[in-house]
Formats: sequence, C-alpha cells, structure tokens
Amino acid sequence: MFKTMRGRIIAIVLVCLAAGYQLWSNGIKLGLDLQGGIHLVLEVEDPDNTLTVEARADAIDQAETVVRNRIDQYGVEEPLIQQSGGDRLIVELAGIDDEGRARDLIQQSAFLEFKLVRPVSEIEGQLSRIDRAIVNEFGQDSLAALGRAVEASEAGQSQQDLENILFGAGADTASEADSAAVADSLAAADSAAGAEQEEAGEEAADQDAPNLSPFGSLLLRDDSPTAGPVPGSFLVEEADYEIARLFLENPRVQNALPRGITLAWADELVGAGANAYRRLYVLSEDNFITGEYLEDAQATRDPQMNEPLVNFQWNRAGGRVFGRVTGANVGNSIAIILDGRVMSAPTVQSRISTSGQIEMGPGTPMEQAADLALVLRAGALPAPLVIMEERTVGPSLGQDSIDQGRLAGIVGLMLVLGIMIVYYRMAGVLAVGALAIYVLLVLGGLAGLNATLTLPGIAGLILSIGMAVDANVLIFERIREELLAGRATRTAVEEGFGNAFSAILDANITTLITALILFQFGTGPVQGFAVTLSIGIVASFFSALYVTRTFFLIYLSGKKASDPISI
Amino acid sequence: MRIFGSASYRFIQGRKKAYVISSIAIVAGIAAMIVNLSAIGSWQNYGVDFEGGSLVQVGFEQDVTTGDVRSALGGANGPDVTEFAGENEFLIRAPQAEDATVNQVREEIETALTQAFGADAYVIERTELVGPKIGAELQRKAAFAILISFALTLVYIAIRFELRFGMAAVIATMHDILITLGFLAIFRVEISLPTVAAILTIVGYSLNDTIVVFDRVRENMGKKGARKRDQVDLVNQSINETLPRTILTSGTTLAVLLALLVVGPAVIRDFSVVLILGVIIGTYSSIFVASPALIEIEKRMGEKKPKPEKVIKAEDAIPT
Repeated sequence: MFKTMRGRIIAIVLVCLAAGYQLWSNGIKLGLDLQGGIHLVLEVEDPDNTLTVEARADAIDQAETVVRNRIDQYGVEEPLIQQSGGDRLIVELAGIDDEGRARDLIQQSAFLEFKLVRPVSEIEGQLSRIDRAIVNEFGQDSLAALGRAVEASEAGQSQQDLENILFGAGADTASEADSAAVADSLAAADSAAGAEQEEAGEEAADQDAPNLSPFGSLLLRDDSPTAGPVPGSFLVEEADYEIARLFLENPRVQNALPRGITLAWADELVGAGANAYRRLYVLSEDNFITGEYLEDAQATRDPQMNEPLVNFQWNRAGGRVFGRVTGANVGNSIAIILDGRVMSAPTVQSRISTSGQIEMGPGTPMEQAADLALVLRAGALPAPLVIMEERTVGPSLGQDSIDQGRLAGIVGLMLVLGIMIVYYRMAGVLAVGALAIYVLLVLGGLAGLNATLTLPGIAGLILSIGMAVDANVLIFERIREELLAGRATRTAVEEGFGNAFSAILDANITTLITALILFQFGTGPVQGFAVTLSIGIVASFFSALYVTRTFFLIYLSGKKASDPISI
Repeated sequence: MRIFGSASYRFIQGRKKAYVISSIAIVAGIAAMIVNLSAIGSWQNYGVDFEGGSLVQVGFEQDVTTGDVRSALGGANGPDVTEFAGENEFLIRAPQAEDATVNQVREEIETALTQAFGADAYVIERTELVGPKIGAELQRKAAFAILISFALTLVYIAIRFELRFGMAAVIATMHDILITLGFLAIFRVEISLPTVAAILTIVGYSLNDTIVVFDRVRENMGKKGARKRDQVDLVNQSINETLPRTILTSGTTLAVLLALLVVGPAVIRDFSVVLILGVIIGTYSSIFVASPALIEIEKRMGEKKPKPEKVIKAEDAIPT
C-alpha cells in the first residue's frame, strides 16, 4: 500500500492528520523558561556529611511528601516534583506570580498536629450564621452574579435537587479553571461591594440579608457507612472546592465559626471524576499534641488479618498526653493533620499511650499505609532543605521569547524557501511542500510525545528547518548528477533517491546520537533542545525520503520518461 | 541554477595551508585561555551554570544607566553589571560566596535596588541561582557528554565505514570544538548550559557534513578501478562532487541561524553566535581537515601493513 501512488498519498494524509490532531488536542507544553515560573533544586541539609545513604533517602522521601502536600494546597497546575540522584528534589512550578511565597512554602519545616474530630451537628446549627457572614463579606450582588446566592435549602430536600438548583445541568463539567475565574471575579467584586456593606454596618446588614446559603448549600451530609455512627465531616463536590475554600479562608467567615471549632480539608479525594468529593472535617480548634513528640512510625502488615497497619511510637511526654486524650475519647476520631490538611482520621478503639497502631482497614493498598507512616515521620523529623539551584523567569519575558522565536522561525523558513525555490525551481517548490509537512510533523510530534518546548528547543526547531532541507539537497544534487550523466528523467530521479540514501541515513544517525547524549546530560531547557532536535531528525527523514519522493512521483506522473524536469 | 557544478579544486593538495590556518586558530585560542586563567581566574568565562553564583536580569521603568545600577550595588566592589538587549534591561552577575545560601545574594541585590530606585521602579525578569556544588557537577557532566559522543560516533562510523574514517571524523570534530572553545575564550563568551548544547550541536552538524563527504569517498572507492587510483585524487573528486550540497546546506542553515540571531530572543543570542561559528568551522573542517586526515591516516597505516586487498563496497560496509 505504501508503494502505489494512492497508497503513498493516503499514508501522508494520515500521518499529517495524526500530527494535526495531536497538535490540536494536546497542544504544546511550554517549558518554564517560556511560560514563566520557578525551578528549584533542593537538597537535604547535611553540612558535615553525617547522614547514611538510607537516612538521606528517607529524608528526601519525607521532604517530597511534605512539599507535594503544600504545593497541592497552593493550587499550582501540573507541578513537577521529582527526586533526583537519591538526595535531591527538583520542584518546578509554572506560572507562579509570588516566588517568595513558593520558596517559603517549600522550605518551611513540616508541621504535624493531632486534633479531635467533632460531630457535624456541632456546626450545623451555625451554618446560617456562616452564610450570612459570607454574604456580608463578599456582597450579595457578586454572589448572585456567580449563581451562588442560593436560597437556604429546606431540610429533607434531596441532594439531586440541590445540585440542580446550584448549577443547573452543567454541574459536572465545572472545571478548576472555572473556579479560578470565580475567585478572580469575586475578589474584584469584593472591593466594590465590600466597602458599601461596611458603611451600612454589620448589624444592619445582618438583618437585611435575605436567607441566602452560598456555603451551607455546598455541604453534603455523608450518610455512607464509612462515615461512622457520628459523622465528623461533610462532603463537598470537588468542583465546588475552590469556592468553598475561598469562603472559608476569609477571616470574618472564620470568626463566624462556633467557638472552639475549626474546619479542615482532607488531603485526598473520595471518589473520582465527576463524582469526586472532598471531605471537610469539623475539628476542635486547638491541637492536643504535635509531631515533635513522635519518635517513629512504620507501615507493616497485620499477620492475622493481612491488612496494612501503621505502628507509631511517642516519647514519654507524648505518650502521657496521647494516653489521656485517647482514654477519654474511645469511639471518637482523631485527625492527623500535616500543614493544615487532614491526612487521615482514624477512630480510637482503645486507650493508646506510648505506642499504638492505626488499622488501615481491609483492602487498603499497602502504599497508603506507607504514605501515612511517611507523613507521621515527616512530622517527627522535619528535614530541612537547602536550595541548591533556583531559576525563575517572569511571564512577560517568556512571552517575549515565544514571540521573537516565532518571528525568527517564520523569517528563517522564508529564507530557506526562497533559497530552495531560486536554486531548484520546481523541485524546490516540491521540497518546500515537504518542508511544510515537516514542520507540522515536528509540532505534532512534540505535542504527541508530551514533550516540553523550551527556549533552546525553539532554537533547535529553527536550526532543524535549516538542516531538514539537507536531505532534499542531497537528493536533488544526485538527480542533477544523474541527469548530467545523460540518464532519462525517471531513472535519474530513481537513482538520485537511491544513491542519496546512505549519506542521509548515516548523517542522521550520528546527529541522533549526539541528540540522545544531550538529552542524557542536560536538564530542563537543554533536554527540550535535544528532544526537539531528535524529533526533527526523524521527521526530516520521513519528509525527505517519503514525502518529497511522493511529490516527485506526482510531478512526474504527467510526463513521459524523457521529458525534461525543472530542477 | 547550479553553483560549483563542475568544480575540481585541489583541496587535498592545499592541505598544508589549511593546517597552518587551523594551527594558528587553535594556538590563539589556547593562548587566550591561558590569558583568561590569569586575568579572570578560569580558562573560560564560565556562567553561573558552571561556576555557581547568581545572575539576575532586571528591567527598569525609567531610564537608568549601567553606572547607576553599578553604583547602587556597591560600585567597583559590587557585582558585575552589564546592559542587556532591551532598553533599561541589565544583567547582574555575582559570584557565589562560600557559605552563603543561593538566595542571600539575590536578596542583597533586591534590597540594594529597592533602596536606590524604590520597590516599584524595577522588575526582576529572570534569576538563575546555582550553588557551587551543582556547578562543579555540571562541568564534569558536560565534559563527559562530549567524550561519550566522540566514542559513540567513532564506533558507529567504524562500523558503517572503516576505522580510519571514524578516526578522521573524530579528529575533525575535536578540531571544531577546540577552535570554538578558543573563540569563546578570546571573546570571553559566557559558557552556560545552552552554550554547551550549542557545542554538542556543532559536533552533530560537523559530523553530518563530514559523513556526506565520506559517503562519497566510500562510494567512489567501491567503483571499478578505484584501487589503482591515487587516493588523493579520489578524495579530491569526492569533495568536489559534494561541494554544491555542502555550500547549499551550510547556506540554508546559516540563513535560519542569522534570522535567529537578528530577530530571535535576546536570551539565546550567545547560543546563536556559537552555532553560526560552528556551522562555518564545521563546513571548513569537513573539507580541509576531515578529508586530509583520512589521507594522512591512510599513509601512516599503509606504512605498517600492506594495502588491504579488499575493495570496500558500500554494501559490504552495511552491517547485517
């Protein structure tokens, strides 16, 4: 099929469609140097080289957990957090506008604390007060504009109805970007509406405010058996999480919470996709113990039940406190909180003093137990991280680079097209067509492989445009030689392609070898360059040998074997 | 249109001149490196990637001169300040102090700038802060990468052609790298990660060029009666036959690189300069260094053992 003319054209069209589709559906991921952001390399602090390899690896595991947890809270899209070389952590955050805060977030030592979980009934009676505080704070108009000014729902109304009222049919498609936009417009509306409200005075506003429920309506009762006999948490649809979090972070809304009670979000989601919910725990405001009293935590497997467990040990002072609190709270739950996030909330089965264990429940994967043990240890042994390397690029600089890179690419492409057409005339036009397909393939390849386009990558792309014509030049020169040697047109073209092949193959493979070494050696931007170069080599191979040849066949198809060609 | 269509230059015969030119370029480069060693303390002008230290790019709203920025940062004892491509854009480079954290330098710079110009007068566009440990590691890795690329291409060409082709190609590539490094030393171009990437790209480009010529030598050697022919003639003919392609491809590559240099992003201007230089040197070396090296190696190896009986055909050299 790839040999006949029709087969060739179909193959080319299919490849182009695939590349176009990848480009259209995935888009090209931009590197930090193009979209702006911060790149950090962190190392566990160990100035005297006293840590063993294991201790170092453990410390970096803990650090990764802590950093990941914090960055998730910070709300960065697609953060990259990866370990490198056994004792380093690479963190890349795109589109950060406050580098200082990101840096602090990563470098602070972890804070692990334990709080009692309280029944949701302790706050349900106060929800209307919280809602009023939100209406006062954010302003009725801006809430109404967002469709969040919902009449307080009556008891017994089904969940489905609630959702319909809240969002209409499009509830499931509400995306994170949406919530971000909501947050922005809220913040803008806040300044205007907020000032007005303040003048009116809080008391007056309290009375004027109609019975709206922007926050309470987001909370869903968890009636599932896993919630336990006395539920201590609400469920919030993940799509509503951003806005609910925004409400809760407001200091006035915080003040409206009942005395001694605080709310904290769970770290992990319940369910997935459109049915993803996040738990909102009702907790005692003050912690009763912190991680500094913890000595160790290890994940193991219960030999009898074959279910994962986490064993943990307190030091003596910690054991006394923990024993007193657990003794008084058998049957209640305790929330384990890392940097403000509830990592787990096991129920107390009996009094625990210096050493205890957390049963993860049957069917829980072992990794989850290992993660929890890691969280506990991270609180016990805060591993200080030193920044070894930091690179930041402002968003405007990145945009300038893209614009200038695009311009350079277009100018370069035009120059190459001009040279090829002047020098090879009709054959040059065919090469230009193949070059256009080449550019499409490289961009599609970048999108399809989910490769990151960096600034040196743009340079690599532009460079490869100049080099991509090399294969065409080799072929055309061969065809000319064959024509000069007196061969018939068709034979000359065949011979030209055939003879040029070995040079094209060897030249491309050696360049590919260097590109692969570059990839191995380099970091971020340089790797981006290597990837672009590699994709460019493969694409130019295809475009020169297959696409140009097909174009030639089409061009020759209307001619007799001896007709002259324009080359 | 056809350039150098029927060229028959006696390139190999003129190789002695090329050796002189190359030697002068290499010696000048090495001399510059030695001068640098005493003047700036290292062979090359290593950037923060390799030396460790801080690079901060700041843009100002109002008109500010290099002198203003320099005096704000402590004058002659302060960090190095240079004007950058855009208007009122400056690069500030500071070395890494022994026990300072990477962020201390940046904070000091920010404090000094805020004191002198006010917090809203400037924007930090870009920072690169690298600890000394990372820098030293990168130096090792870069040297290692270049050596590995030599070894692998030597093996590949030895398999696809013959050992002497591989050796000649590596000699030409080393020549290119030496001259490029010499150029970087003479003009004290900053050596950063992208610069190393550019050098490795030159390795690739130069090899590409060399292989096209060698491919033709291989082909001509496989033709009837090639054994009886003078090797110098045969190589000369191969260079001349591939000359139009060599010139045209270098031309298109230089055209895009010039576009990149003139209208492309300022951040990679050094990168473009190194590439342009590399393309020119690579083209030169594939004609004047790689091919003569092939002849020289042939002579040396020919003295030790009788001429191989086997005629190399392209098909023979392709591994199965």
